[in-house]
Amino acid sequence: MARAALVLLALALAVLALVAAGPRAMLLMLIGLGFGLVLEGLRFGFAGPWRMLVAERDARGFLAQLIAIGATAAVAIPLIAAAGGELQGAAAPVGVAMIAAAFVFGAAMQVVMGCGSGTLVNAGSGNLVGALALAGFIAGSFAGTLHLGAFAALGTLPVLTLQGVAGTGGGVVLTLAGLGLVGGLALRAAAPGRRMPPARLWLAAGLIAALAILNLVVAGQPWGVVYGLGLWGAKIAAGLGADLGATAFWAQPGNAQRLAETILADVTSVTNIGLIAGAFIVMRWRAPTAQVARLAPRGWLAVILGGLVLGYSARVAMGCNVGAFFSGIASGSLHGWVWFAAAFAGSRLGVGLRGRLLVPARVAGAPA
Amino acid sequence: MSAARPTRRVVGALALGAVLALVLLDLGRTGGLDPLALPPPVALGSGLAPTGAHCTQG
Repeated sequence: MARAALVLLALALAVLALVAAGPRAMLLMLIGLGFGLVLEGLRFGFAGPWRMLVAERDARGFLAQLIAIGATAAVAIPLIAAAGGELQGAAAPVGVAMIAAAFVFGAAMQVVMGCGSGTLVNAGSGNLVGALALAGFIAGSFAGTLHLGAFAALGTLPVLTLQGVAGTGGGVVLTLAGLGLVGGLALRAAAPGRRMPPARLWLAAGLIAALAILNLVVAGQPWGVVYGLGLWGAKIAAGLGADLGATAFWAQPGNAQRLAETILADVTSVTNIGLIAGAFIVMRWRAPTAQVARLAPRGWLAVILGGLVLGYSARVAMGCNVGAFFSGIASGSLHGWVWFAAAFAGSRLGVGLRGRLLVPARVAGAPA
Repeated sequence: MSAARPTRRVVGALALGAVLALVLLDLGRTGGLDPLALPPPVALGSGLAPTGAHCTQG
């Protein structure tokens, strides 16, 4: 595909969003494209750096994540406070099921080699594991909406934010101090030569933070992924004849409205579409790279089931690495920090599970 | 599936194509938003509370 055609593809998506859902949707499509271009083009990720920190004592990618979150928080928390109700943060209650689900999400994201945003990027860039995991993620996040009320009934705290406790300035300071503490621990754990992020990751962190702030300003809410994928699953289920009006989640007026309106009216769906397209454009712009390694049939089954678990757990955990970890912490939400602790612990388990579940295919002629 | 794998170009095109097919099929069913009731281009400064959904909301 000629590069001019890739530019036209991006413009066509922006025009489609404009025509179907107005200028806000067009701007969000462009922001989503930006996320995809940066994440794939500069190889900025979440699941991979967590694995590298644990398995290879390489903190560079993880520190880049913390830098991006900190830069976003330093702007987003005061902006939300000053916006007079026009902007809202990504705050959720800490709960029993939320913590368990974040742990499961952390494990599953290592199995499928991608988190919420990573699965979108991987699918768009033609990674077969990512594409299969995305199908599972959509089904899983929709299934999670059907049981969300039951999980919430297991017990939750009230929604708590650091700025709610310490004021706007205090919330920013506490958030940056927390990120600094975690970064310090990561630096201590890292091997020499694997501590300072390279220029590429500094640039990516700055661009991701800028796009996240733009997302907040345009959409009125922080960057998210999971709600949109659950909505896609609900749209497919409704198209197949499911009566979602009988479910507690989709009968809620806001959710029912999104089900009745075009997907392009849903802000997280639009950025998700842009993100997949941006990753696709980078993949086609560059010289083609190799497909992921061959897996045995049970390895592929693990990928599909892993995607399903990833989506389900992300919904129950009130977000993935984007909505809960990145946007939650950048909004000063306590839930973002608890999510991170639980998901990181799960990720350590997942790093070990990955080698056992993603069994490579046997090469013909090779010794068994 | 372990014998032959589609290239990245094919998988990427299929993934993006599937998502766009869903969007277009859905758009055919729901239609676009009412042009007279579109949200302001940018939430900040609009004077309106955000109405979008986020994964942190139950």
